[in-house]
Amino acid sequence: MAVMAESAVAQVKRSSMWTRAFESRNFLGAMFMVPAIAILILFLAYPLALGLWLGMTDTKIGGVGRYIGFGNFVSLAKDSVFWLSVFNTIFYTFAASIVKFAIGLYLALLLNERLPFKSMIRAIVLLPFVVPTVLSAIAFWWIYDSQFSIISWVLLKAGLITRYIDFLGDPWNARWSVVAANIWRGVPFVAITLLAGLQTISPSLYEAANLDGATNLQRFRHITLPMLSPIIAVVMTFSVLMTFTDFQLIYTITRGGPINATHLMATLSFQRAITGGNLGEGAAISNAMIPFLVAAILLSFFGLQRSRWQQGGRD
Amino acid sequence: MTTTDDQSVGMDYLESFPRRFLRVYLPLGLIICFLLFPFYWMAIATFKPDAEMYDYEKYNPFWIVHPTFEHIKKLFFDTDYPLWMWNTVIVSVSSTFISLFASVCAAYAIERLRYKGSRYVGLAIFLGYLVPPSILFIPLAATVFQLGLFDGNLALILTYPTFLIPFCTWLLMGYFRTIPYELEECALIDGATRLQILMKITLPLSLPGVISAGIFAFTLSWNEFIYALTFISSSENKTIPVGAITELVNGDVYHWGALMAAALTGSVPVVILYSFFVEYYVSAMTGAVKE
Repeated sequence: MAVMAESAVAQVKRSSMWTRAFESRNFLGAMFMVPAIAILILFLAYPLALGLWLGMTDTKIGGVGRYIGFGNFVSLAKDSVFWLSVFNTIFYTFAASIVKFAIGLYLALLLNERLPFKSMIRAIVLLPFVVPTVLSAIAFWWIYDSQFSIISWVLLKAGLITRYIDFLGDPWNARWSVVAANIWRGVPFVAITLLAGLQTISPSLYEAANLDGATNLQRFRHITLPMLSPIIAVVMTFSVLMTFTDFQLIYTITRGGPINATHLMATLSFQRAITGGNLGEGAAISNAMIPFLVAAILLSFFGLQRSRWQQGGRD
Repeated sequence: MTTTDDQSVGMDYLESFPRRFLRVYLPLGLIICFLLFPFYWMAIATFKPDAEMYDYEKYNPFWIVHPTFEHIKKLFFDTDYPLWMWNTVIVSVSSTFISLFASVCAAYAIERLRYKGSRYVGLAIFLGYLVPPSILFIPLAATVFQLGLFDGNLALILTYPTFLIPFCTWLLMGYFRTIPYELEECALIDGATRLQILMKITLPLSLPGVISAGIFAFTLSWNEFIYALTFISSSENKTIPVGAITELVNGDVYHWGALMAAALTGSVPVVILYSFFVEYYVSAMTGAVKE
């Protein structure tokens, strides 16, 4: 009898301690989360919801907007400048991402070789990513100047062209110019993150392949690529995301010109919302980016992610 | 050359130098030249007098004959540049510290206190990381205006953490995960409180992670453009990137020398900081991708 009572007391005691510990852990957890959650709700979640709502109103700067449903989207659907910006954004993202991936992977493979001053070279390679984009874009602006472009000067001296190239005055020249600047900025990120992935591949795999008589190309195709594909998926998802929503480079180098030929959806939404004062319409353009973004993320993530087993996880 | 020498990873010392030069050093050198040229061009334009800058016939554009500090002097004494620099420093430092504080607490709670639903909160924070500023800036401008923060440093100090906290929290969660539970259990048995554990065990052990997150957050806030462009209107409150773009261009007159000087002097502080903490920076960048 006494034994039973004792064990019952012990049980009650233990369970109350358990619940207390559990409660206090939840309570403590909540306390620890307060600063982060407060900032993120006030300045991230709330504006995100506000943006979705703003896109359905005709709000102007300094005025109160009316709910107009999908009115903004209907008028945007008939707006050729909007469709041009959609085209530009997709072109910019595809062209820049493909080249960034190609050069980035090549550079990562080069950096993975045995090199003198390896860590210094890596530090230098990353510089374009570290330096403020707007400030390096100013340098590109000067490089692309119509009268004093150094590229034109060199090509002219080499006898390859007869007069200065109008880099930013012609629609397609301007598009390729900003793509080139974006590639310059993005290659280091792709290269250094892929290099980190390359360094995790065990050399014994290559040794085994050598014993089996694999060629360089076969080793790349059957060891490097499959082992790297999960990290390629993540890196390219980030790269596509950053390129698709780019604003700084375009705003600095062309401001969307000539004749809107380089306007991205982000720069167009800025022009309509802040410069033009039509907050509602600008928000609608921003919101129109969301489906594209989600699609891009899903595509690049799931398209390349299927090989989980390579890292020891389940397929 | 035999067929076996270049097929072995551990044996590439057998590769002849000319071949290795063509395969590795030449392409690497070309890519590095491509990556560094804009910086060279920025630096050379900063110290070039106007007479040489706009005359390619008489002077070789790749070199400076008479270096000058004229552009830097103009930038520092005739514009609000020193104020922009000051604003950039204040905003970057404050937003980095706010984000670090909030992120350390949040990451510790998610990873170690494991309160109810902490997994979902962690996931939500990661999703916050994927929300790009160019979607958020319009409604955020409205929010900033409603709160009366418009056109002041506080507008930036409080909004930069929206992209810094998700990143730092995600990175720190990875670092905290590597610290053995047993250490904390020992401390708990010895009667330490959770706060003591965080301050005396977890934080010191994950110091490299905190430094990585801090350095990366600092460079991100130094680089930030779209929020600063939207939320700030008066010249004396601008940051360097915004000030350079908006104030150094008068209509069609571009002050190229001053613009380049602003680009160079605005980049140097970040580059110096980066050069001291390259390893931390790289581990922050790759860590965020790997997790």
